[in-house]
Amino acid sequence: MVLKAKPGEPGHADHFDDRRMELIMGRLLQIGVLLASFVMLVGGIVYLKAHRDGTPDYREFKSEPQALRHVDGVMRGVAIGDPAAIIQLAVLLLIATPVARVAFSLIAFGIERDKLYIGVSALVLAVLLFGFFRSQ
Amino acid sequence: MSLLIFTALLFLGSLVAGLLGALTGLGGGVVLVPLLTLGFHVDIRYAIGVSLISVIATSSGAAAAYVREGFSNVRIGMFLEVATTIGAILGAFLATVVHTQALAIIFGVVLIYSAYLSWQQARKPVPELKKGSPWSGKLRLSGDYPKPDGSLCKYEVENISGGFGMMFVAGTLSGLLGIGSGAVKVLAMDRIMKVPFKVSTTTSNFMIGVTAAASAGIYLHRGLITPGLAFPVMLGVLSGSVIGARYLARAHVSVLRTVFTIVILALGTEMIINGVTKWF
Repeated sequence: MVLKAKPGEPGHADHFDDRRMELIMGRLLQIGVLLASFVMLVGGIVYLKAHRDGTPDYREFKSEPQALRHVDGVMRGVAIGDPAAIIQLAVLLLIATPVARVAFSLIAFGIERDKLYIGVSALVLAVLLFGFFRSQ
Repeated sequence: MSLLIFTALLFLGSLVAGLLGALTGLGGGVVLVPLLTLGFHVDIRYAIGVSLISVIATSSGAAAAYVREGFSNVRIGMFLEVATTIGAILGAFLATVVHTQALAIIFGVVLIYSAYLSWQQARKPVPELKKGSPWSGKLRLSGDYPKPDGSLCKYEVENISGGFGMMFVAGTLSGLLGIGSGAVKVLAMDRIMKVPFKVSTTTSNFMIGVTAAASAGIYLHRGLITPGLAFPVMLGVLSGSVIGARYLARAHVSVLRTVFTIVILALGTEMIINGVTKWF
């Protein structure tokens, strides 16, 4: 539907608040991706150095060791400098980025006192956290 | 083949996938999984896990760029994300019960269907929406976007339940196949809900990352994300999509789309053949 919103009309103000919310969320996403990429790069370099003499074979599926599947195992691995764990940390950071974004939206809708969307974003956040913690 | 060379090749291959995905707006996931399985002989489960991660990276990176223009609609995105995330979790659980060869076949079918969709999109313009559904206002899904002359263009949406249902399908496909399902999301918004095209594409972009994150956690816990693959692929796809986004303005999109459509048609067919022959 195409109508022209005149300045001063309610539609105009909403647009501005949403814009600010979106800009901050955009920044958040960028930071998350950059951070994850940096950790990924560091882990990758250490990984290449450590496994220099190995031959990669991903033909057959073998699931990753338990330690690399959960947050506590990954953190322990990072503490001892295990490159695979550092890479998994980057993966965790990456997964956390959109989740953080939804959490931020929840806060922003709270500030706007938009009850309906506080509920909607809380629901999305709940689904995301369920997905992450269900199989821990 | 030495680890270093293998990793370098993975990086380059992923870069091309990311580049193509960004230039055509159709996402790197659809090219990445076939590339890894057919080209690098990686087991499809590894490929899907790693593709999912890359999808989060590229979608989040791109969303930041699009947001600045003011087209994406946070509310439409968040509302529909309820459907996509639930679908994604279902998709991730389905992936455990579906036979891997069946995954390859389903993937091939989705590829061919995507090729059909993108070809269709180039032809049929969406009719203008006369008046939205009353729920558009009640659920606060209506919005506006800036026109080139600076004025704001208001819009409303319709067929919200249809869009919601389609988003659920998009989410399930994403969780099952490790793709972004961007094309399906745009389809749901653009054609079913009559959201203006530019709003659909930009909103879809930020939704893709959230959807992928929903199932990625499950994949991680099942040990399906392997570090040796994750690092060159994720960095490669991300680099490719950043380069692609930068040169987007100069590219002849229609030519690229035709090439892309042919490529994914070929890949889709190969994946189906691959899946069928391996089954027996």
